[in-house]
Amino acid sequence: MNAIEATGLMFRYRDDWVISGVDLTVKNDESIAVIGPNGSGKSTLLKLLAGIVAPEEGRVSIEGVPIKTLGRKALSRRMALVSQEGSGQFPFTVADVVLMGRAPYLSGFQMERQGDHERARRAMETTDIADLADRPIGMLSGGERQRAFIARALCQDTPILLLDEPTAFLDIAHQVSLLCLIRRLHTSHHKTIVSVTHDINLAASFFDRIVILSDGRVSADGRPEEVITEDTIKRVYGTTVLVDTNPVTSRPRVTLMTDTGR
Amino acid sequence: MRYGAKIGLSVLVLSVPAVAAVVISLAVGTAPIGLMDVVRAFFSPDRVSPEVMMIVRDLRLPRVLMALAAGGALSVSGVVFQAILKNPLADPFILGVSSGAALGTVIGALVIRVPSYVVGALPAFVGALTTILIVFYVARIKERLYPNTMLLVGVIINAFFSAAIMAIVSLFRSNGLQGIFFWLMGDLSLVSMTEVAVVSSVFLAGSIVVFYYARPMNLLLFGEESAASGGVDVERTKRVLFVAASFMTAAVVSAAGVIGFVGLIIPHMIRMVLGPDHRVLIPASILLGGTFLLLSDTVARTVVSPMELPVGVLTALLGAPFFVYLLRRQM
Repeated sequence: MNAIEATGLMFRYRDDWVISGVDLTVKNDESIAVIGPNGSGKSTLLKLLAGIVAPEEGRVSIEGVPIKTLGRKALSRRMALVSQEGSGQFPFTVADVVLMGRAPYLSGFQMERQGDHERARRAMETTDIADLADRPIGMLSGGERQRAFIARALCQDTPILLLDEPTAFLDIAHQVSLLCLIRRLHTSHHKTIVSVTHDINLAASFFDRIVILSDGRVSADGRPEEVITEDTIKRVYGTTVLVDTNPVTSRPRVTLMTDTGR
Repeated sequence: MRYGAKIGLSVLVLSVPAVAAVVISLAVGTAPIGLMDVVRAFFSPDRVSPEVMMIVRDLRLPRVLMALAAGGALSVSGVVFQAILKNPLADPFILGVSSGAALGTVIGALVIRVPSYVVGALPAFVGALTTILIVFYVARIKERLYPNTMLLVGVIINAFFSAAIMAIVSLFRSNGLQGIFFWLMGDLSLVSMTEVAVVSSVFLAGSIVVFYYARPMNLLLFGEESAASGGVDVERTKRVLFVAASFMTAAVVSAAGVIGFVGLIIPHMIRMVLGPDHRVLIPASILLGGTFLLLSDTVARTVVSPMELPVGVLTALLGAPFFVYLLRRQM
């Protein structure tokens, strides 16, 4: 059974078609990066997969079940989303935020049980933020905060994890350590991962499959070495780059071309 | 500390000033009554004079109960609006919801002439709900809520509705403008036992509904997408909470007029001490809000005795500077 199956997705904001005919199958245990130019529909595609917005046409199924027939709680037991939102206005502690991942398993007046606290603690250990448990979420650095929201998603205990630009606004050291964490969630925790990102090199180094979106359509889809080529980048982004092989990761490496130094 | 314990402890601690405020408020007034006589009036009525019985139980008790219920209801409404609008400055008065309810009440009473109080609260509810929906949709541009736009919309709605209320009152009622004026400032002096019963029931039912949604409200503070992916049915939650908060505000306004800032001050103070978790915030705000409005009303009716101030004058004198302080701190 496929983890996610999207067929014939169409979506628009008013008169702008943001997604115009996307088919995408995500197998269990895959780790996929969705890349593409600004406005190519990456984040919207993720929202469609997460069931946050409904497609105008087409449908999304999770483990063979159409999203439309699943309630919000049932859906959130199968799939967690780490979105770009997030507010520090209200001073919840990290532990509070992580524990919120148990919401899909609890009814209105029900208190968290011992097992829920246990899970939250393990999620914080996995994401290396156990020592920040009692800190207000608003006081964390960008990288720590992103880890806290990933821990909340882990606490949700879903087979599928969706991430929207997890490394946005992080410096390079934090980008790498966060992607190592995401990679570990894939390899040791067997999460099926779909992540939107704008960094082609990080996508190529840390994910096994790359989907390139362009103008709301899938423009290329495959292993990094198949997809990240000078021709494809030229076609999709309209800019000339140099692609060679990263000697450390053996993955394709993109170098931007500029006039200086030529 | 686990939340069960934290809720229990905060309720216990906040009940002490609440009970004290009730006793004090029943004792003070133009005819002062000893604290022990107040207690006796309830627990051993045969040991106090009929006059004391009458003053404590018939004259002062309805007003005390109304202050508790109204303070609680306004605080919970404030908590709801702050959570859904993700803005700690939201409050039924500032957003114009109270004015909406007041306009509804005036139209209901003077134009449509709805009969009893029970039915009279319905036009107030329509006014309150319409207003919050206007604020919400005007301040939301492309899926994003703009906090400052929201506050400005509230200001404009307040100005417009106040003018509309004055216009209607002048057209439909040539005498008695002063009574309306008192009511518009928020006044508990003329409440009846029927009104107390209606406001208390709406307040209790509304609070239970809101408390049921405490966890979804926690998740909503991090954004609607984030809440949805965490298992919250966002649209239904907002709908239920808007209706519950509008009902509570409307019930209070139609009985006691426009009492401002309670829903702003109280949840903020609770958050500072007990944190933002709604499961603690809601019950604690109810208790502190009730106590606060009761004490304010007690001061309002004794400070210039034998005259009385509308209680809303007091809450506004305290609340407006507090709002400015919060606004500055946010920047």
